[in-house]
Amino acid sequence: MASLKELAKNAGIFTAGHRACSGCGGAIVINQVMAVAGQKTIVAMPTGCMEVVSTIYPFTAWSVPYIHVAFENVSAVISGVEAAYRSFKRKGKITEKWNFIAIGGDGGTYDIGLQSLSGAVERQHKFLYVCYDNQAYMNTGIQRSSATPLGAHTTTSPTGTAIPGKLQSRKDLTEIMVAHGLPYVAQAIPSHWADLTRKVRAALDTQGPSFINILAPCPLGWRYPTNKTIDIARQAVETKFWPLYEVVNGEYKLSYQPRKEMAIIEWLKLQGRFEHLFEKKNELIDKLQDEINNKWAKLLDKCKK
Amino acid sequence: MKIRALTGNEAMAEAMRQINPDVVAAYPITPATEVVQIFASFVANGLVDTEFIPVESEHSALSACIGAAAAGARVITSTSSQGLALMHEVLFIAAGLRAPIVICEVNRSISSPINIHCDHSDTMGSREAGWVQIYAEDAQEAYDLTIQAIKIAEEIFLPVMVSTDGFIISHCMQRVEVMEDKEVQEIIGVHRSPYSLFDKPITIGPLDLQDYFFEHKRQQIEVMNQSLPVIEKVMSEFNARFNRTYSIFKTYKIEDAEQVVVLCGSTCGTARVAIDKMREKGIKVGLVKLHIIRPFPHKELIELLKSFKLITVLDRSDTMSTMGGPIYVELRSAMYGCSQHPTIVDYIYGLGGRDIDVEQIMEVLLNGEEIIKQKKVATPIGYIGLRE
Repeated sequence: MASLKELAKNAGIFTAGHRACSGCGGAIVINQVMAVAGQKTIVAMPTGCMEVVSTIYPFTAWSVPYIHVAFENVSAVISGVEAAYRSFKRKGKITEKWNFIAIGGDGGTYDIGLQSLSGAVERQHKFLYVCYDNQAYMNTGIQRSSATPLGAHTTTSPTGTAIPGKLQSRKDLTEIMVAHGLPYVAQAIPSHWADLTRKVRAALDTQGPSFINILAPCPLGWRYPTNKTIDIARQAVETKFWPLYEVVNGEYKLSYQPRKEMAIIEWLKLQGRFEHLFEKKNELIDKLQDEINNKWAKLLDKCKK
Repeated sequence: MKIRALTGNEAMAEAMRQINPDVVAAYPITPATEVVQIFASFVANGLVDTEFIPVESEHSALSACIGAAAAGARVITSTSSQGLALMHEVLFIAAGLRAPIVICEVNRSISSPINIHCDHSDTMGSREAGWVQIYAEDAQEAYDLTIQAIKIAEEIFLPVMVSTDGFIISHCMQRVEVMEDKEVQEIIGVHRSPYSLFDKPITIGPLDLQDYFFEHKRQQIEVMNQSLPVIEKVMSEFNARFNRTYSIFKTYKIEDAEQVVVLCGSTCGTARVAIDKMREKGIKVGLVKLHIIRPFPHKELIELLKSFKLITVLDRSDTMSTMGGPIYVELRSAMYGCSQHPTIVDYIYGLGGRDIDVEQIMEVLLNGEEIIKQKKVATPIGYIGLRE
């Protein structure tokens, strides 16, 4: 594993001056990912927050080659870049090793981009897909996605007198990717940078497609103070909302065991998007806790096997 | 050169084999499926060096082509109808990013109602996407124009689609003169991209707002404005080398004609027979076959058509604007710029693969003679072979 000192050498691949909000979890994710990936990396992004904040013409925050085409097709785009690379390599036009990384938000990954992601990994293109999951369409102003958790307020699952936020549970995309039979799938979070960077290294060293789902707290959408991003991320792990684990060639491995029991309510309290759940007794909190307990038990079971 | 019996799809696939692109990303769709299928067999048998990406949709096919083109690769895909419609969003992006991609397109009607047969509603529906559009009349043209398309795309850095009529060209076997592989390679040359992802750390596809977007679009318009001479140059080089007669449009017996028919695609052959038969009766009619619909060669067409008494347009799709088919709408708009203002009428024909025959076109031409005699048009937009 690379030391922080070594990783710091790659600081600035995603340069200062990008226009992300202060405390943006997505920007921290990209910085950590790129610190491992280094200069010989081609980045593709779908439309989304990080695309919008990083490349407003005539400026770019990318000091590595970068391409954006549209919202739902980043995996297809990187497929084409990677295919061109294989073609050039076979013909001797390129000799160096390159990394190919697609970085998308949950909208571009869980929802509109799921088809092209599924296709690209099934075809076994050698690339890493990083989802920075901030659990809603933050770029367009906090609309629900299939990654939005139960009970959360968004502008398209608003808290009203009849409906208390999102009534549906979030999609478990990490498990969907495991079901594709990828050689490397993991969940990570920027508060645990050593774990995150180790996983990025492992993914880039994988022969074939790899996928890392990274929870990226969003101060604006989750409604918490901008200096709390890392705290919120840590609590997501401690409450087992976001378990850190990896699946290498189908073998599950837990990356981190929370030290003590912490109820999900502790995490929900920190975020304005859940504040309506506390106005009166709300069964959604219990439902969410049950869901987390069940998933955690299943995960531990898979890790034991 | 070899003489072979090939369908339109086989001819396009053969051209693709000889072009030997770096990357092909494609998805099957009737009636273009064979192009992908035959090419996949070339890959499987080691006859090409291409990385073949059998994508999960046409949207991804063109998206992968853009990625590969941005990486500096020579790329081709093939599609039809709904596939082209699914690509619609990405068509504009390919053009805006100046990705020199070629689509071997097989014309098929756009649903609904669903139908697998030929009309031009698919490609005509993409006229504003910023692609050069070339229409072929037969398998030979499908083969020749695919090769020329690569050259055109890579000279002007605009994407190009070459269209054949679904089933009528794509599935009919015809005599095709096929060049040697070496000759094809010589004419297309080596593809060199001035900007590629592997050369230097460039940002492709940035967010472009009010302060620059307009200038970038104006530049794209200018490339299209200047593309016709390049297309003509590529065609004349091709003609000189392979003894062909390509041009942006081709005329037939127009010198002494009073009425000319303007159309594109496989019906040109049927229309030429109709013209011959009319001339046997002493009626002076001619034909203009359009190869290039984008850019629309308006200046050249004004010059060519201004002194005829009647222009009869045959359109294999409709614009749903109540103003007729796309060729008619554009030609009328172009002819507004000429002082003579010849009369122009339109006939929509062959939607969803409805057959059109020589007699039907003769009838249309006879109607045209009436219009010339009476000096008035009762219905400027008609339909051929329609039960009403």
